[in-house]
Amino acid sequence: MEHTLLNLVIVIILLSNIRLLNTSRIPVMIVSVAIQGWVIGILPLLLHWERFQFTLLLITLITVTIKGVFLPRLLNRSMQQAGVIREVEPFVGPTLSLLIGLFLLSLSFWITSSLRSSLPEGLFFIPVLALFTVFNGLFLIVSRKKAITQVIGYLTMENGVYAFGASLAIDHPFLVELGVLLDVWVGVFIMGIAIYHINREFDHIDTDKLSTLKH
Amino acid sequence: MAWILVIVPFLFGLFSFILRNRRIVLILFLLGGILHFVLTIWIWISPTEGNSLVFLDPLGVLILTVTSFLFLMVTFYSIGYLKHHMERSSLTIGCMFFFLAAMSLVGVSADMGLLWVAVEATTLASAPLIYFHKDHRSLEATWKYLLICSVGIALALMGNIFLSYAGGDSIAGLYIPDLMSNANRFDPRWLKVAFILLLVGYGTKMGLAPMHFWLPDAHSEAPSMVSALLSGSLLNCAFLGILRAYGILRLSGLEEWGGNILVLFGVVSLVLAALFLIRQTDFKRMFAYSSVEHMGILALGIGVGGLAGTGALLHLINHSLIKAFLFLVAGNILAFYQTKKIDSVGGMIYKAPKTAFLWVVGFFAIAGSPPFGLFVSEWIILKGLINSERWMLIIVYLIALFIVFASLARYIIPMTFSRSAPNIEKPERWFFNKEPLWMWVPPLLLASIPLIMGLYVPPILLNFLSAVFSVWGGV
Repeated sequence: MEHTLLNLVIVIILLSNIRLLNTSRIPVMIVSVAIQGWVIGILPLLLHWERFQFTLLLITLITVTIKGVFLPRLLNRSMQQAGVIREVEPFVGPTLSLLIGLFLLSLSFWITSSLRSSLPEGLFFIPVLALFTVFNGLFLIVSRKKAITQVIGYLTMENGVYAFGASLAIDHPFLVELGVLLDVWVGVFIMGIAIYHINREFDHIDTDKLSTLKH
Repeated sequence: MAWILVIVPFLFGLFSFILRNRRIVLILFLLGGILHFVLTIWIWISPTEGNSLVFLDPLGVLILTVTSFLFLMVTFYSIGYLKHHMERSSLTIGCMFFFLAAMSLVGVSADMGLLWVAVEATTLASAPLIYFHKDHRSLEATWKYLLICSVGIALALMGNIFLSYAGGDSIAGLYIPDLMSNANRFDPRWLKVAFILLLVGYGTKMGLAPMHFWLPDAHSEAPSMVSALLSGSLLNCAFLGILRAYGILRLSGLEEWGGNILVLFGVVSLVLAALFLIRQTDFKRMFAYSSVEHMGILALGIGVGGLAGTGALLHLINHSLIKAFLFLVAGNILAFYQTKKIDSVGGMIYKAPKTAFLWVVGFFAIAGSPPFGLFVSEWIILKGLINSERWMLIIVYLIALFIVFASLARYIIPMTFSRSAPNIEKPERWFFNKEPLWMWVPPLLLASIPLIMGLYVPPILLNFLSAVFSVWGGV
């Protein structure tokens, strides 16, 4: 049972990453990153079921609420305020992005298998996908123009880092765990405000046109 | 006790947000700055034990003290400044207090995870401050700052996870003294990856090249009092994160490997900043690049170790004070000439003699000429380099410092002494023909310490610094 669920989680993380890469519709991207947030939020619970503690459940609940509900809502609001629903003419188009995604996936496989001997037993695919998610987020940030898509990329990257933490069984003190989530939340909130101002000042949110400041 | 340093500025920030009455908020600002400094001094007099999340170790307290003193001076300056920009004072002061709270938390964090939370919090608290002027340019700078630093810091979070994993089952959590006492049990492969991620992550925030792109934008577009804090305090806080990681790495026997990486980043920053400094059009940007240069010197000194490491810590104190001083004086010039363009500023000595005097003093101090503290610390670092017999490094170091001196002189001397002063288009009324006390007394106080240290470095301070360095960077 546990194993099936874990496999399901792996598949969903993979699919959500691929969806993020090959769509140019921002609402679809927000839904994908939200689903990813849900799945990654419950990952610690699935992986450490035998060491069940109340704080683990609490962290899971808070993570899922923030990553799966609050952050997508913030993104949705920024999207509506900016009136942008499509990433038009990104630096790298959807098809090429998908190919690069495949390359990043194999890279993650390669890196993780070289560390396999020192990984926790029975865990291989979660670290691979966590690394892939981090790479994917970084790629989205550099290959897309719209400010909001870059924030989605940042969130994807955070999801990947979180999945890493969960799969390597890192016990942070509760307060630290909470602080990390709070930072991400406030970060996206402030980025949302910045997007609103960029849209108002420039009439667009294309960050490649933010280029007044040089040397 | 350590928590008080975080909670006090946080509460003051909260009150500033709630009260919103300009006069009261300005009084709060002054009180908060003084109270924080008094508390910091109190820590030196009666040190207390920490707990599993916060502690008061000499290195953290050193950086905290520099931050607190800078903040106090910036408070005096800003009260004068904000009187003329009243419309945004409560929001700005609130964010300044949150910024101070986050930086204090960096200083007292005893857990690498909490340190991460605090460093990210500094980004979030200072982003609205960079957007102070609410125009295109500051918006662009804010966006770059937010995105680049957040992504960088996310890498540092991954570094923390790897660090924790490298410890294996022997170490639970990321309590720094625990990590240090168990350092020999770390798996070196994971520890190396962790260190690189932490170095790149916090290095982004510290402004090490080639991750420094946000820095000149943010430092030049922010109001001067904020630039002073960014350059004088924030960069140190990020540096503290790197030093903590290096301390753990060193104890696990990877000192040479880690030191070489630090030297590499240091040299790249130093050289790149020196090259960028050759051609500058904006005087605040110029000093932002000079910050990249000095961060490079810090990384270099720590990486080489020994005497150079002690010198680097002395350099950190001197650079913070002088750079904050320079940004405050740059704020005066900006208020007077209403431009950041070097070409449009001239004949300062005839129009604003006090500011012009401070500007020239600042130039000599930051370029590392005697009798200022930066000369002494750069000299100590040079001696450390000679002790380690890395001759190529010495040549690069000296050439870079020379280029920096020459290019700064080329811009600053005409700004001050040229006879053909351009017409001032629209000086702010309150400044014209007079320089109120707040404009030059706080900078003067800031500069006095590096001046004293240039003439006489108390042996007790040097011993303290070398003791601190021997804990985090080895002998």
